[in-house]
Amino acid sequence: MLVTYIEAIRQAMDEELARDGNVLLMGEDVGVLGGAFKASAGLQEKHGVDRVVDMPISESLIVGAGVGLAVQGMRPILEIQFIDFISCGFDQIVNTAATLRYRHGGQTACPIVIRGPSGGGVHGGLYHSQNPEAWFCHVPGLKVVAPATAYDAKGLLKSAIRDDDPVIYFEHKFLYRRIKEEIPAEEYLVPIGKAALRKEGRDLTVITYGSPVHAVMKAARDMAAEVDIEVIDLRTLLPIDWATVKASARKTGKVLIVHEARLTGGIGGEVAARIAQDCFEDLDGPVMRLGARDVHTPFAPAMEEYVLPNQEKITEAIRKLAAY
Amino acid sequence: MTEQKDRELYRWLRLIREFEDRISALDKQGKLMGGVYSGKGQEAVTVGFCHDLRWNDWIFPLHRDLGAYLVKGADPKRLMAQIFGKRDGFAKGKDSYLHGGDLSNGIFGATSMLAATLPVAVGMAYKFKIRKEDRVAIAFFGEGASSRGDVHEAMNFAGVHKLPVIFVCENNFYAYSTPNELQFGVDDVAIRAAGYGFKGEVASGNDLHDVMKAAGKAIDRARKGDGPTLVECKTYRYHGHSEHDRAADYRSEEEVITWESRDPIFLWENYLDKRKYDIGAIRVETSAEVKRIVEEAVAFAEASPSPEGPEAMEDLYAMPIDTEAR
Ligand SMILES: Cc1ncc(C[n+]2csc(CCOP(=O)(O)OP(=O)(O)O)c2C)c(N)n1
Repeated sequence: MLVTYIEAIRQAMDEELARDGNVLLMGEDVGVLGGAFKASAGLQEKHGVDRVVDMPISESLIVGAGVGLAVQGMRPILEIQFIDFISCGFDQIVNTAATLRYRHGGQTACPIVIRGPSGGGVHGGLYHSQNPEAWFCHVPGLKVVAPATAYDAKGLLKSAIRDDDPVIYFEHKFLYRRIKEEIPAEEYLVPIGKAALRKEGRDLTVITYGSPVHAVMKAARDMAAEVDIEVIDLRTLLPIDWATVKASARKTGKVLIVHEARLTGGIGGEVAARIAQDCFEDLDGPVMRLGARDVHTPFAPAMEEYVLPNQEKITEAIRKLAAY
Repeated sequence: MTEQKDRELYRWLRLIREFEDRISALDKQGKLMGGVYSGKGQEAVTVGFCHDLRWNDWIFPLHRDLGAYLVKGADPKRLMAQIFGKRDGFAKGKDSYLHGGDLSNGIFGATSMLAATLPVAVGMAYKFKIRKEDRVAIAFFGEGASSRGDVHEAMNFAGVHKLPVIFVCENNFYAYSTPNELQFGVDDVAIRAAGYGFKGEVASGNDLHDVMKAAGKAIDRARKGDGPTLVECKTYRYHGHSEHDRAADYRSEEEVITWESRDPIFLWENYLDKRKYDIGAIRVETSAEVKRIVEEAVAFAEASPSPEGPEAMEDLYAMPIDTEAR
């Protein structure tokens, strides 16, 4: 079937709600409205008000209550209306959910999924464009995923729901209806912790995830006559699939990391540091990074364009690295 | 009230309405980007609370309180430029809608995190108190936002120190699609004030007289050092949550019509009529005036330059820091 990224998310929730009576969806306006972006359209009607629950406006409550349910064996999916508001549930995520199993000496698990629209490129301004994945990748006990395709969006969400640990699932709102993809009619899962080799190449590796995957793939096609690019889509940001990352770095000897999140303190820094340390002898150039400029994501189009990575900046960065 | 003040209040209600309608129309024409949150129907709340404030009092509007900006003294031209995301807006195009405040007029811009301004208002009120300044802070929030911890935390501290702050809950019965019965277990948010040690009151938010009475009492109390008040104004938004939301999934047309029959402007016109003013003439004169102001604001905003890309890096720090030192 041909589905959009957001339809893939809806299908994953629908199928998991049907498969396992312990799965619930909770969040602001997820019921009658079907969510601000319609990710849960029709799910309350189908699965009932007890399992698709409209919550008061309190992200802290949504996450904390999710943990309580999880300890009772339920498997809540917790929708954050815009991922920016995840900061209002930050304490419950990093101090309650992430530590739960560890501080109880393994007595319990915390099977919750926290999901919501992240990312920019839609003139959302400061509070409707954030990419806060790095805040969470610093916290052990969490898993962090960020699908770039409709296939992965569905397969990773299903895996996240079945995972016994808290998973933060960053969906990218720019992709919701912009990409359409053929996905299998039968059930499938995409494993957490495994990167996707999107394209093989000899000259240089671009490691990326989320929305920029598409621009990087376009660059790899457009620049094929110039440089043979290998593209790795991380998909899971915590834990990162180091085996795939390092194998590719060793193979091509040149690595560029591209993400939409800001550069300073971003995931790219961690990936670059590991490659620099572990693959030093195989490198033919500096490990390079391209991310957003170190500033908030502004509203007016020209400023947003200036701040976020785009096709042109990606191409330029690839040329620069290829020249070494 | 004097005739002059009655008419002035009318003018504010009409100016806000004209602004809201024009912005909705601009949005439909595709001239605006980002979320547009109409406060149409809620004008009496902001007029009632902001009209009698002094220039050095502060307000903390919520995401649909465009009217509060106007009444508190924001330049309509700059406000329109703000809505357009232009350089002459309060945020210089860095953020949308009411995310840029007008600090020179005592208007604090909100973040999107609902009710996050309440602790800020309380901090400000604490300063007014310890420096013995005769000033008040007014924080507006929705009944939906009342579920957030920040609301509780701010009110608790305000109660402890009897601060000159007024909390105004604009209860329009829906938070996006979520009706009040799924938001809280009480009928009136106002009763929560008792838990923080100050007075809570319910006002009819569409009746400007009722709002002004409640506002007057609360402001007096704050100025006299008698502490905070929580005023809940029952009102209604005619439009959806944002202009993209038809609201038909979650509320009935009958309900909207019922509330439209209690329109704040309509009620105020009835009152002017009862006082035997020439309402026909007032209406015509006011229409012309508010249309002119709004048209001028739109023309100004359209002519205002869009910010250039590198301007994104400005205004981040008070003192520039060199992040690229080699
Ligand atoms: C902390 C937080 N969570 C979620 C949102 C998304 N959101 C924006 S407005 C809104 C509804 C607000 O309802 P209410 O406070 O009653 O104000 P109203 O819009 O009705 O005027 C929601 C859920 C947000 N802005 N901030």
